[in-house]
Amino acid sequence: MASNPSLFAPMLIAAGIFFVWSCYRRFSLVTLGRPEDRFQRLDVRIREMLLYAFGQKRVVAKPFGINHFVIFWSFMVLLLANGEFLVKGVVPTLSLALLPAPLYHGLLLAFDVVSILTLFAILLAFARRIFFPPAYMSTDYVKARSVEGFLILAFIALLMLASLGLHGAEIALGSEPAAAFMPVSSLFATMLSNSPLAQSLVPIASLCWWLHALVLLAFICFLPHSKHMHILTAIPNCFFASLEKPNTQPREEFVKGGEFGVDRVDSFTWKDLFDSFSCTECGRCQNACPATTTGKSLNPRQVIHAIKTNLLANGPLLQKGGAPVIPLIGEEGEGSSTEETIWACTTCGACMEACPVLIEHMPKIVKMRRHLVEMESRFPEELLNLFENMEQRSNPWGIAPSERTKWCSTMEIKPFEKGVTEYLFYIGCAGTFDSRSKQVTVALATILDAAGVSWGILGKEEKCCGDSVRRLGNEFVFDKMAKENVQLFREKGITKVIVQCPHCFSTLKNDYRQYGLELEVIHHGELLDQLLASGRLKLNRQVSDLGGVLFHDSCYLGRHNDVYEAPRHAIHSATGQAPLEMERSRSNSFCCGAGGGRMWMEEHSGERINLNRVDEALRSSPDTICTACPYCMTMFEDGLKDRQAGQTRVRDIAEVVAEGLRPV
Amino acid sequence: MQIVACIKQVPDTTQVQIDPVTNTLVREGIPFIVNPYDTHALEEALRLKDRFGCRVAAISMGPPNAEATLRKALALGVDEAILLSDRVFGGADTLATSNVLAAAIRKLHEQDEVGIVLCGKQTIDGDTAQVGPGIATRLGYTQLTLVDRIEHIDLEKRVIRVRRKLEGRHEIVEAPLPVLLTVVRELNRPRYPTVPRRLESADAEVKTWNNQVMQLPEPTIGLKGSPTWVSRIFSPERDKGEIIGDGVHDPEGTANLLIDKLLSKDLLAL
Repeated sequence: MASNPSLFAPMLIAAGIFFVWSCYRRFSLVTLGRPEDRFQRLDVRIREMLLYAFGQKRVVAKPFGINHFVIFWSFMVLLLANGEFLVKGVVPTLSLALLPAPLYHGLLLAFDVVSILTLFAILLAFARRIFFPPAYMSTDYVKARSVEGFLILAFIALLMLASLGLHGAEIALGSEPAAAFMPVSSLFATMLSNSPLAQSLVPIASLCWWLHALVLLAFICFLPHSKHMHILTAIPNCFFASLEKPNTQPREEFVKGGEFGVDRVDSFTWKDLFDSFSCTECGRCQNACPATTTGKSLNPRQVIHAIKTNLLANGPLLQKGGAPVIPLIGEEGEGSSTEETIWACTTCGACMEACPVLIEHMPKIVKMRRHLVEMESRFPEELLNLFENMEQRSNPWGIAPSERTKWCSTMEIKPFEKGVTEYLFYIGCAGTFDSRSKQVTVALATILDAAGVSWGILGKEEKCCGDSVRRLGNEFVFDKMAKENVQLFREKGITKVIVQCPHCFSTLKNDYRQYGLELEVIHHGELLDQLLASGRLKLNRQVSDLGGVLFHDSCYLGRHNDVYEAPRHAIHSATGQAPLEMERSRSNSFCCGAGGGRMWMEEHSGERINLNRVDEALRSSPDTICTACPYCMTMFEDGLKDRQAGQTRVRDIAEVVAEGLRPV
Repeated sequence: MQIVACIKQVPDTTQVQIDPVTNTLVREGIPFIVNPYDTHALEEALRLKDRFGCRVAAISMGPPNAEATLRKALALGVDEAILLSDRVFGGADTLATSNVLAAAIRKLHEQDEVGIVLCGKQTIDGDTAQVGPGIATRLGYTQLTLVDRIEHIDLEKRVIRVRRKLEGRHEIVEAPLPVLLTVVRELNRPRYPTVPRRLESADAEVKTWNNQVMQLPEPTIGLKGSPTWVSRIFSPERDKGEIIGDGVHDPEGTANLLIDKLLSKDLLAL
């Protein structure tokens, strides 16, 4: 045997100390973050961890992820083999051979097969990086980080080759009694025996042993300093992931002397910081991000990377009580995100849906927005009117609240009254004031009456839900609006709410729960499906004059609240045909560009997000694009006008169904 | 030197209705806002504070609930907020109002020299644009109205040069301090209060000066000091309008109908 314990032991100890020290340094930086309870419901956490970390659920959702699955599980198996290698390198008598023979032989077979599988997987990964890289790998930021990717692949490949070489040489030398259980290594042995190298098998075994040992030690030292750190952090990160979809943001307590939002890395929570160490830099978030895709400065992966870089640079100073040297917000360059970047987010959640290790990008961006709005009053100037209108008149346009009932001037509508009306139909600001959306409101009201649903409205008492201000980081104003609404809903005894806007839907359903208000909120997409499926809503005719109907998933209905099928069923029931689909649909849907308060902001750089989506829609040649959200409707109508695609119309799902109520 | 910003709480006019019986504004349930022009006056005062470090006082005459308006001013960063409130101040026209405001500025001047007074060009409820000039007259200050830009200020030489926004033209005027400026919206973009300032302003002191403090003779203030009164207030009748055609089912016909209507009323030229 080629090992030399007296030489290897000190090397192993040195590498071990360096590894532990590096990990300690990094994990101690995480403790700079603010406290956050991520320990509730351990059973669910363990299940999620098994599913996402060990089961690689998100990883294998993309075809090439299967390659990672192979590498991951090979790593898990070979962890034992490498553990044995290190122990045996110091104490040669300690080895797995001490185990019962059948178990030992089984393990040998597994190690052997897995090694060659890994080698193939690594070669594939190499080939992918070189010959068919995904489009997002061409950005400067990714190119700069590519060397690290190649280095890690090279490390793993060398480990496999060295291991197979070592065992092959040993088998060829006849010094491996269990050769029968090592078919791949035996193949290597045959190849070695039949080659000119057959004369130098002993030095080859020795060379392979040392190659394996040195690469392994180098890898151990390199690991905590590279993106490969994710093999340590990804599993706990899945364990500590948010139990609920991160479709909302945490509340803030408004007390005098407080700091609001985040502009220093240590104002994030420990989990935010842990997220930054868990990023595998796989690029799936940036691939899904509407801002990145359309050429904005925002790249969710870079935002997470900037937090990590910032923490590494500032953390040691902060630990000594010093001040940070690199700003978290503001400057271009390593460790910072610019204001433009922070404002570019549509909060669509595509990044979080794509992330294989369940990093929560969006709440971090909103936290930084909060700092800008609440501490510095710095935000794109078009938001000033929005903020004042919301605070003053509780709607984005600043229209007088007394006009909230104008949409129903031609209809007989009851006010909501506990015990008399079953549902509150919460119209929402768009449905109330936007001339196009008012048509949707009327269509839905007509349907509700036709189906005999018992419903009423708040009328002039209705107030905005506050979605936009919350996503824009104006938590102070949101907090006031939410408290007013929660009190109003309680006073009125409202428990069941129909909404036609996914933003109202998500806010009433998820955000208000933080205020102790549990509502049964139903989006009209779901309600229409229920009414049609149960036969309560009977259409006079099948809707055929809308032609081919294409459905667009709204982010706050689909991704943030998992409502995908109900609206499709409703369209199917009304038209007799399943809706057309876009390339990016359901959880993979692409934002219209209006979420996260972007509805109220100018889009100065890159391609317009709505045009990107409209172009995608037009590729399916629909006659009608069906939306389930007033913002999406505006974005599509604007986009179609820009593309001069007048032959394609936009209809809300309520309008599609209401067509069927027209007399034959 | 200090700067005084005069601000007023006004009903949110988009929501105002007139009581046909009493001829007065129906104020019940109507939210109040800071008169929009005054927010620009306040902003400019705060910018001068940022630039020269001078003190800024905000004053407002009104009922006790006008305190909310001054609290907003505190949240934006004024050093002192004074509410001029007393029953005897009530029912004032622009003359009586300017008497009270001018007296308050004189009183502030006793503590620290007042160099510049800023007012909105008018309020959106009264729309007279008289109170600013009235104050300047009572105080003997130079009045520069309709200011949309401050071109130059020299506090040592005590001179200010401003641009006035007139119909179709601008006028650049220079005057010695003290001055009273009335400002238009184009002057600046008001700031948005930070949350820490809002929280601090929530329990900061808004001083109230009633007539025991002010000691003004009653014939010069309130209803008694007001030579003008409102004899009638009403909304002009407006045609109800009509819905023409059926835009949903016959867009083309409806469009033609609309064009005919517009042509017949001479609202559209071919």
